[in-house]
Amino acid sequence: MSLGQQVGSDRQLARLLQIGIVLEEVVEARAHRHYQSLAADERDLDAEIEELLSHAADESADHRKRLEDLIEGLTVDSVPFDEIETLVEARYGKTKPEDFDGVLYDQLCNEETAYKFYDDLIEAIEASDAEFSVDREHVVEVLEGLKDEERDGVERVTTIMEERE
Amino acid sequence: MNTANQYLKAIYLIQQQDNEPAATGRVADMLDVSPASANEMIGKLEDRGLAEHEKYKGVSLTDDGIVRARDALQTYCIIERFLANVLGVEEFRAEARELEPVIDGTVAERLDTIIDRKPECPDCFDPELDACRCLDVAFESEPESEQPAD
Repeated sequence: MSLGQQVGSDRQLARLLQIGIVLEEVVEARAHRHYQSLAADERDLDAEIEELLSHAADESADHRKRLEDLIEGLTVDSVPFDEIETLVEARYGKTKPEDFDGVLYDQLCNEETAYKFYDDLIEAIEASDAEFSVDREHVVEVLEGLKDEERDGVERVTTIMEERE
Repeated sequence: MNTANQYLKAIYLIQQQDNEPAATGRVADMLDVSPASANEMIGKLEDRGLAEHEKYKGVSLTDDGIVRARDALQTYCIIERFLANVLGVEEFRAEARELEPVIDGTVAERLDTIIDRKPECPDCFDPELDACRCLDVAFESEPESEQPAD
């Protein structure tokens, strides 16, 4: 067991970025499935939620790409992104939100969790004096960008939830 | 940030194994820290109402401490199972120990949605194996910890 919240090697950083990709995968899969599960007439009636979920899915795909680009710069074995995608897809093929409130609440949890993850990861990288194969400032800059977008996502969902109260 | 949770988890596991208060030296050994560091953190846990320390006997968790320790243990189990079963990491225990301080409970909850975890978790955690007993993996690959005798 080790103590301390630091990222000490390329391998460890790559693993954490990989976990970020899985979280983004989960966000995208859930957003997509939730959207698909809305009845056709409900979809027409609720363009706001449709736009929210569509934006969430696109943003997660973009975040995954940025995380993959970071991993490519690290000295580690390749990681099987396709397999993870298939697995997450298979999991969420079975899920279904109960109603609009459930969709919004779930989306809020997704955004908050991703924000927390990037925040902790940035803190752990900054607490470390390890050298990585990629420029540390670049990694932090990318992660800060992702974190900011997750925060915007939290605000977006919260605003819609408040409007509906 | 999660250091307190790691202490709570260690105290909880030692108490489970020994069925008595956890000696500070045992806690320090398990976490690979100095006894002075362990004493300092145990003092903080006492201040927060999570543990009680009795001189010459050791440290015990309060009810609140046990709840936090079990949550921390569950988070650790999720990380191990996720690494072993989803990412296929052979040295999942060593990696879980590295990642544990960075992975928050809320993040672990999301990872939990794509793994198959047993309802009895975290009671199925085996401190000797440093892993869940139900985890369907080969344990021979762990290079850093001692293997239990059969």
